[in-house]
Parts: sequence; structure tokens; C-alpha cells
Amino acid sequence: MKDILLKYGLNTLTKKVLNDLYWSMLRIRMFEEKIVELYPEQEMKCPVHLCIGQEAIAAGVCLHLNKSDYVFSNHRGHGHCLAKGAAMKPLMAEFYGKETGCSKGKGGSMHIIDIEHGILGTSAIVGGGIPMGVGAALASSMKGEESVTAIFFGDGAFDEGAFYESFNFASLKKLPVVFVCENNFYATNSHQSARQSGCRISDSAASFDSRGHCVDGNDPLAVYKAAQDAVALARKGGGPSLIEAKTYRWKGHVGPEEDWTKGCRPKEELDYWKEQCPIKKFTALLLEKGAMTTEEMEQAKSAINGELAEAVAFAKASPYPKEAALLEDVYYEAKK
Amino acid sequence: MPWTKIYGSRTEFDKALKDKPGLRGITYKEAIREATAQLLSTDKSVFVIGEGVDDSGGVFGTTKGLQEEFGKERVMDSPLAENGITGVCVGAAAAGMKPILVHMRTDFLPISLDQILNHAAKWHYMFGGSVNIPLVIRSIIGRGWGSAAQHSQSLQAMFMNIPGLRVIMPATPFDAKGLLIAALRDGNPVIMIEHRWLYDHVGHVPEEMYEVPLGKAVVRKAGKDATIVAVSHMVHEAVQAAEALQDEGIDCEVIDLRTLKPMDSATVIESVRKTGRLVVADTGWKECAVGAEVMAKVAEAGVALRSPLVRVNLPEAPTPASPALEKAYYPGKNDIIEAVRKTAGHGKRQAEHINNSPVL
Ligand SMILES: Cc1ncc(C[n+]2csc(CCOP(=O)(O)OP(=O)(O)O)c2C)c(N)n1
Ligand SMILES: [Mg+2]
Repeated sequence: MKDILLKYGLNTLTKKVLNDLYWSMLRIRMFEEKIVELYPEQEMKCPVHLCIGQEAIAAGVCLHLNKSDYVFSNHRGHGHCLAKGAAMKPLMAEFYGKETGCSKGKGGSMHIIDIEHGILGTSAIVGGGIPMGVGAALASSMKGEESVTAIFFGDGAFDEGAFYESFNFASLKKLPVVFVCENNFYATNSHQSARQSGCRISDSAASFDSRGHCVDGNDPLAVYKAAQDAVALARKGGGPSLIEAKTYRWKGHVGPEEDWTKGCRPKEELDYWKEQCPIKKFTALLLEKGAMTTEEMEQAKSAINGELAEAVAFAKASPYPKEAALLEDVYYEAKK
Repeated sequence: MPWTKIYGSRTEFDKALKDKPGLRGITYKEAIREATAQLLSTDKSVFVIGEGVDDSGGVFGTTKGLQEEFGKERVMDSPLAENGITGVCVGAAAAGMKPILVHMRTDFLPISLDQILNHAAKWHYMFGGSVNIPLVIRSIIGRGWGSAAQHSQSLQAMFMNIPGLRVIMPATPFDAKGLLIAALRDGNPVIMIEHRWLYDHVGHVPEEMYEVPLGKAVVRKAGKDATIVAVSHMVHEAVQAAEALQDEGIDCEVIDLRTLKPMDSATVIESVRKTGRLVVADTGWKECAVGAEVMAKVAEAGVALRSPLVRVNLPEAPTPASPALEKAYYPGKNDIIEAVRKTAGHGKRQAEHINNSPVL
């Protein structure tokens, strides 16, 4: 493994981190696949935006974050929140619209929150979470905390003015932010090249006097390395970085099905990217280099399966919110 | 008249077809697509822009195939840059084009409020009428399947507050086509708000181009006991409510506003003068909104009322995702029935009270 790690400049990486990367990606994949399996039952009555194929990015970035660090995310946010440490139960229950969900059933799959793990809520307005993330970083720096904020967004959000305004402010104030653009080349069915003339997202960091990294988003080690540099820089007051991680979403924009059948994208493209599966490739590498054994991997799978089974059972058994909840929480009421 | 009629379902339309074989029935989404295609083919200055307008689904079918027909220059996909692209449209309109800007959800309009409120709505007035902004901004209200708070809003009231804007909410295929054509020819910025649940609704739509004049309401059902004013999807709920109330002996008049700004208060006032009772059913929230404005107009006209007015709106909360809460969230036919009963009952009680009071 040493030879490989040297290539990434990760020569001090421990076996534990390798295991954690594997574990985190697998946990996201299995969570999303469980949704694919259950969705046809039509009990999960909310739109789901799955991140199958993109797991390495959330895993590689979040491994560098402490519990008190912040994560801001978007409509495709399950993976980010899981990687940051969110438990499965409140997420699953939220998707089932239950009272025990992380947002008491008010938000659904697009609106996840987990304050304890620094997730202050995910927005389904494209680009909406970016300035908010910068705001959280501003707050932590004003309070003198050491926190770093990671903001996950798509190539589509890079079209939005909110990105530029926010990045400029973060750079100007040298805020501890890591901008993570998951470039899966599509915003719904619209290709990046139909929306952007340059298609060089990471290059834009330079004009804000910040660091840009362009990495293979299906390579957890590449993401891990870029995030390591970006988080370290942010933590020591060096300001924001922009990581552009190129990847591909396997499922349609929304829902559990593949979308080539509807003519949204060519099937060959999906086939190519399935070959680039981040988990498959990383598994092969770990086994080949003896960094993990098949037994360890099986153990991981069965542990995750256990967590999933519990989460689904919990979600299904939980009650729906009572009708009175409809008018609760519209306003915050100060506790006397 | 076939074009003011609301058909409950395709079967009902097909039945009507038997009596009037000349009726041409298409869906709401097809009507929008047809109007757009006709505008594109008859006016070189028209272009369509929006996120996903060239998509295989074609914004729920309303722009389907238009790019193949009219080319990439006139039917173009947009970056996800709502404020910027709205400004691009405002500028293009000032320079002689007539853009149709399409948003998948009304919830994305707030990003472009600056260009809509500060620019599009002001440009004609602020420069003494020397330039006008012929622009239609289409957007869609989502509903159901846990759309939740950011994918389901009915924001018409916000736009009704701004001089210089026009706001339309067609409820039928006939109006969707006619209002869209009239809106683009109007020469002012027009906010057109569609409801996703209307897209498969079938109605009579003539093939040729025609306009439904802006600022004109339509009486969907005549009646003498109570007036129900409704917009968009709520018009359909109101018609069904009126049918049910007919069986109870309450004869309702149903008015579809169609245009919210400028509002056709004359039609409403005339009706309420006759019935003395008014219920307003809107797809959005209650305060400072459609109902409030309709009622203010009636009050300002000094119409004598036989009972307090009632509004049917969303509860005072953002849209919840949970199916249990979603069900409780949306008012419909039954709420309108209840509201009308309340006004009618009130009238009766008062009458009884007067009849039973001792003669002094
Ligand atoms: C402001 C805004 N515009 C449009 C949409 C509709 N929409 C939802 S997700 C999406 C695509 C986003 O693409 P990207 O940012 O690349 O994220 P991805 O879905 O690829 O993960 C669009 C257009 C929205 N939710 N918000
Ligand atoms: Mg994308």
C-alpha cells in the first residue's frame, strides 16, 4: 500500500483511515440502495435524490472534519450527512414522514438536519446552502472557534450567482471554508457544457486568490488528499479552497430509477462510469494491497445491514405527526 | 359556452363531444405548448428560455419538442442562474425581443425578485414610458409527494403588490392558451402562475391563435345565493363545491378571476351585489393576498352584505413534507362547501333572529 499512498502524498496514512474510508462509502451506498429497494412500496412519500456513484466525495472530505465542524449540503444530501456522522434512524424516519424524523416529518429527504453533527439544515434551492455555509464559517471565526465548514454543492450550483458572491466574501475575510463542488456533469438533464462555457470549475478559485483542486471524485484517496490540504489551510486561517471532484450520478436526477431509459443520458456513459465505481475500485485496491481482508469487509457489510434494518424498522413503526403539528414551529418561541 | 365550461374529467369532455362534435379537446399542458409554438412561429422576436425547456420531458410537456421545431437559438436551456437570466430577459425585452422565461417552480422566482421588481416592473415608468418590457415569466406550483416547503409555494400575492407587473393564473386549457398569447402581446412584464395539478385537465381549445383578455374574470357557474371567487386549481374545487351545494339548495355563483392584476372587480362586485355572500378560495396563504384584495374591493364598493365574508386558504405555515400533514394542509372542495354553508347559515340565523325578535 505504501507505494500507492506515496503517489498521493499520503505516506503517513494509517490502516484505520483506509478502513474508515471504505466503511463510510459503503454505508452511504447501502443506505441509498435500501431506498431503491423500498421506494416502490410507496410508503416513502417524498422525492429522493440519490448519490449512488458519488460516495467517495462525502467520505473523503468528512473524514477530516470534527464533530463540531459544519457541513452544508443540498437536495442530494444523504451521503454528506451520513459521512458527517448522522445516524440512519432519524433520516429514514424523516423520509417516511414520521414524527421521529430529524425534521419531525416536516422536511422530507431534501431537508435533513443534525445539529449535534454540525449539519444546520440542507436546502433544496440550488445554491441556497452556499452563502449559509459561509455564514456559519463567519460565525465560528467571530466566536473564535476552530471550526471548519465544508459546503457541498453540484456543478449546477456553480451556475448560481450565490456561489460567486459567497466565495468572494469567504476569500475576502479568509474564512475557514472548504467549497466542495461535486461535478457529476449534469443539473437534472442539462449537461455542464450546455450551461458553462469554460467547464473548469476549480480554476475559478484563482480569481478569488484561493486554492483550487480538481480531483477524480471517484477516487477516495484523491479526494481525501485534496480535502486534507484544504481543511488544514482553512483551520490555520489560510482561507477557503475550492475542490472540484468529478464524478457521476448513477440514478436519475430524482427517484430510484436509472434515467437513460427516458433518453435523459446515453446508456454508454452510465456503463463507463459504473466501471469507475468508487467502491469497487477501492475494494480491489485494499484487497490487492492487503490493507483490508474479505472478512473485515463482510463484517462491515453486516454491521451496516444491522444499522439499516434497525433504521427501517424504526421509521416504519414510528407514528406520523399529529395534525396539531401542522401549526407548530412556524415561529421560534423564546424559552422563558 | 364551451370555452368557459369546466370539464370534471376526460370522460365528461368526451360526453360533451357527442353533442358538439366540433369541440377540440386538448390538455392544459398541450394548450400552453400550442400557444408557445404559435407565438414562436408568428413572431420572430419571441424566444423561450429556461432550465430544462429542451429536456425530454419538456417542463411537464409544455415545451416538449419546441427546440427541435424552432432551433436552439429560439428555445434555449438556461444555466441555473435565475436572477441573471431574468435580467438577460428584461434587457432583451427592452431591446425589442419578447422572451418567455420558464421556471419549473414558483419557488425559484424569489431568486430573481430583484430583476422582476426593481427592473422589469419599473422600466417603463421610471423612464417616462420610453421603453417597455414585453416579457412573460411562467412558473409552476408544485403539490404533493412531500414536495415540502421549497417546492410548492403559491407566491402570487407577492407580485400582486407591485405596480407595473401583471399576474395571471389560468385554470383551464382554453385560458392557458389565450392568456399566454395575450400576455406576451400585452407589452408588460407578466407573471403567469400555473398549477401542476391542472396539466392533464382537458378542455375545449380552438386551434387558431386567440387572446383571452387580461383583467377579465369569467363566471363559471351562475347562481343567486352566494358568490365563490376562486383562482387556478381552486376554481375546479369551487365548481365541484357549487355542484354539491346545489343539492342542498344553495345556488352558488362561481367566478374564476383568471387575472389577479389587474383584477376584474366589476364582475365580482356585480355578483356579490346579487348574492350578498362571498367566499374566496385561493391556492396560497391568507394574509394580504387574493382573498384580502377581493374583499377589500367589495368593501370599497359599499356592497351590502348578508353575512360575513369567508376566505379559504392554506393554513399559516410553510408546506410540510409528511403525507399526514400534507393531507391536513391543503384546503379543497369540502372546505369551500363548509365556508359557503357558514355564510348561508349565518344569513338564515340572522333572518330567524330578526323574524323571532319581538315587534317593538
Ligand atoms: C434555484 C433553483 N433552481 C432550480 C432548481 C431545480 N433543480 C433542483 S436540483 C437541480 C439540479 C442541480 O444540479 P447540481 O447542482 O449539479 O446538483 P446534482 O443534482 O447534480 O447533484 C435543479 C435544476 C432548484 N431546486 N433551485
Ligand atoms: Mg450536477
